[in-house]
Amino acid sequence: MAHTNSSYGQSSSSSNGVADESPNMLVYRKMEDVIARMQDEKTGIPIRTVKSFLSKIPSVFSGSDIVQWMIKNLNIEDPVEALHLGTLMAAHGYFFPISDHVLTLKDDGTFYRFQTPYFWPSNCWEPENTDYAVYLCKRTMQNKARLELADYEAESLARLQRAFARKWEFIFMQAEAQAKVDKKRDKIERKILDSQERAFWDVHRPVPGCVNTTEADIKKSSRMKQPHKTRKSVYGLQNDVRSHSPTHTPTPEVKQPTEEELHDKIQFWQVQLDRHRLKMSKVAESLLSYTEQYMEYDPFLTPPDPSNPWISDDTTLWEMEASKEPSQQRVKRWAFGINEVLKDPVGREQFLKFLESEFSSENLRFWLAVQELKKRPIREVPTRVEGIWQEFLAPGAPSAINVDSKSYDKTTQNVKDPGRYAFEDAQEHIYKLMKSDSYSRFIRSSAYQELLQAKKKVQLLGAPRQRSRLDVDALGPLRAGRHRKSASTLCSSGFRESVDVLSSTAFIPLHVSSVIYGTLLPSLI
Amino acid sequence: MACQGLGPNETLATLKTESETLKTKLEEERAKLHDAELHQVAEKVEALGQFIIKTRRTLKGHGNKVLCMDWCKDKRRIVSSSQDGKVIVWDAFTANKEHAVTMPCTWVMACAYAPSGCAVACGGLDNKCSVYPLSLDKNENLAAKKKSVAMHTNYLSACSFTNSDMQILTSSGDGTCALWDVESGQLLQSFHGHSADVLCLDLAPSETGNTFVSGGCDKKANVWDMRSGQCIQSFESHESDINSVRYYPSGDAFASGSDDATCRLFDLRADREVSVYSKDSIIFGVSSVDFSLSGRLLFGGYNDYTINVWDVLKGTRVSILFGHENRVSTLRVSPDGTAFCSGSWDHTLRIWA
Repeated sequence: MAHTNSSYGQSSSSSNGVADESPNMLVYRKMEDVIARMQDEKTGIPIRTVKSFLSKIPSVFSGSDIVQWMIKNLNIEDPVEALHLGTLMAAHGYFFPISDHVLTLKDDGTFYRFQTPYFWPSNCWEPENTDYAVYLCKRTMQNKARLELADYEAESLARLQRAFARKWEFIFMQAEAQAKVDKKRDKIERKILDSQERAFWDVHRPVPGCVNTTEADIKKSSRMKQPHKTRKSVYGLQNDVRSHSPTHTPTPEVKQPTEEELHDKIQFWQVQLDRHRLKMSKVAESLLSYTEQYMEYDPFLTPPDPSNPWISDDTTLWEMEASKEPSQQRVKRWAFGINEVLKDPVGREQFLKFLESEFSSENLRFWLAVQELKKRPIREVPTRVEGIWQEFLAPGAPSAINVDSKSYDKTTQNVKDPGRYAFEDAQEHIYKLMKSDSYSRFIRSSAYQELLQAKKKVQLLGAPRQRSRLDVDALGPLRAGRHRKSASTLCSSGFRESVDVLSSTAFIPLHVSSVIYGTLLPSLI
Repeated sequence: MACQGLGPNETLATLKTESETLKTKLEEERAKLHDAELHQVAEKVEALGQFIIKTRRTLKGHGNKVLCMDWCKDKRRIVSSSQDGKVIVWDAFTANKEHAVTMPCTWVMACAYAPSGCAVACGGLDNKCSVYPLSLDKNENLAAKKKSVAMHTNYLSACSFTNSDMQILTSSGDGTCALWDVESGQLLQSFHGHSADVLCLDLAPSETGNTFVSGGCDKKANVWDMRSGQCIQSFESHESDINSVRYYPSGDAFASGSDDATCRLFDLRADREVSVYSKDSIIFGVSSVDFSLSGRLLFGGYNDYTINVWDVLKGTRVSILFGHENRVSTLRVSPDGTAFCSGSWDHTLRIWA
């Protein structure tokens, strides 16, 4: 059974010098860096007080201001992207619209305000429902129109009243005390603080339907919960958990590695040092050429023929691939390397068929049998190992394969205590042999060449394809005598007619097809 | 390996120094072969045109965050798992649900489709990986045939069938990966080396290879030999948890996505990181990555609800896809590369093409 490894906690620190930070904190820091830049006196967003009717709106900036600043300062080209990132920052509560509970960024004149650092998510807030109750209760005590509860808030308040029925008197008292403190504040200051407090609750108790950005990935949450840092109490209702709780461990200490671990590590580094490495330039060329070779097979880069089923709602592509007749494009791929043939069930079948025709199929059959062995339940292993041994390797085996003596000896030993990897060395040897010998012969064989050159599946159902004209044109010069006459009729007639003409010739196999000549030369390895 | 007792001149400190020295030397050796940058060499490659990638299907039905998904080899069916304990099998092409299982635990973080298409595996907070054979009879209770295969001592973060229905590879919050025989539940091989939770794994796409790569909260990506259980290569350049690893289609390289908001490409032959995919404006972590069929495109699902499409060779971002209304938690390209599927905390899955 798996066990937990020791040396939890990191001794290495990242390049920005911050070690042991949970993933959420990393994002908070980055957003806070942006906020700091936005608040810079010289290069930040200009904050102003706006006169409105008989009052003033303090300390605001517009949504457009934010978007423009982001485009200019964060290397963002597209306003849509700036809007999206800005909305996320608002959703986390770093700035907020002063007249809306829904925390999004709008690229217009809507007014926004910065949140006070006290309420930032990086303070690990986990406010309790009792605090929320105090807050909502306090709001009802204030007569200002702008502080009226929204429907969802009124519903929440009703729910909380039921839930905390027994301690409601206490909550009410707290709310009164808070309201009293608030009244003493300067009018402008109150406006700002009220809005910031509301924005805090918009993050922790979002409008129904809005994303709750405080939700955490459970895989990471155990590392995020640092009890000595979590803040739970907004209004001083309960013991703000600041000290270590006996049931939680503090930030993990860096455990000293043991002697054995160090020996293992040293050996690991030594093995790594001895490794043969390729130059970057060579590796880069290899990546380029692989991608180049497969570009035509990549549906995101080259639209598949006849169509991408997801886009056209037509599953012809999949039906064609499921048929026993492989397309030319598919056959061409087998020539890229032996793995392509082995990977494709139709490729394997054709390869096997070819080798059988040459009476040299034992290598491939051995390789396939060993692959199958590794896929079976462990229970079947001993029987299968014995079976493979008898068929391919034992003295007098009916499908004897030729393995080098070293592998043979090793395999003989392995078979005595049969495991899934009993034939690993032999299989490796046979694979190399197939790659250089059987596979090369297969690709050069006329069987393969025929598959490659012939047979584009004709679409008898559905509309005639434009491509058929090209096929037909290509036919012309390469056909002998009497067929030439028909070529001109083929060009002018509809596809269906040309098909009938083709099927009457002895040249074409029984199933209908159009033949493409000269467009793709077989690729030799 | 045989562990000798401390020699007369060795102390724990000297061993530590030796280890650090070797590690530094390795970095130097790796750096010596750094004679070019991938994106520089790729300047000669034709730039990609404009991309039109849209949501082609939206799968609704989960009652909570979608955490994981996997494709069936038939290129159209998928299995998905959610925080509410539900595992659903869909025909993504028609958007029909074909099977549903309710797991006894919430947070089903991992799910996988068997190569035969006849079973699915899943697990999460229950610390187990269970296999459910898929019945053709829609009325049959799938939960009845459930088979418990893997047992870890912490949450199951990822699971994958090998080339067969008979073996499953798992990774766990207990810091290990393990290979299991499905029929007997026997542990075939365990993989120790990560010093924190292992979050992801991917099997090498080779017909002959027996390797896989894993990524963890220790910021390391490790390549393992399935036969011996040994870690054969290790890469440590991310600055935070590695949430996703995926092999480049040739098997010579792999990509990773991390909470440090970057995706990176590591080449196994060069034995180093060869490219970083990042932008100033991308500050939220990457949850999930996958390549298009040719390896030219890298799709990344992010915690900022978007999907970024990267040109793997040139290192530039070619497209940003909006649509999900909460974190993208999982992303996989279909077996024939015609589409990719993304799952999100907004309870939906989307098929993009």
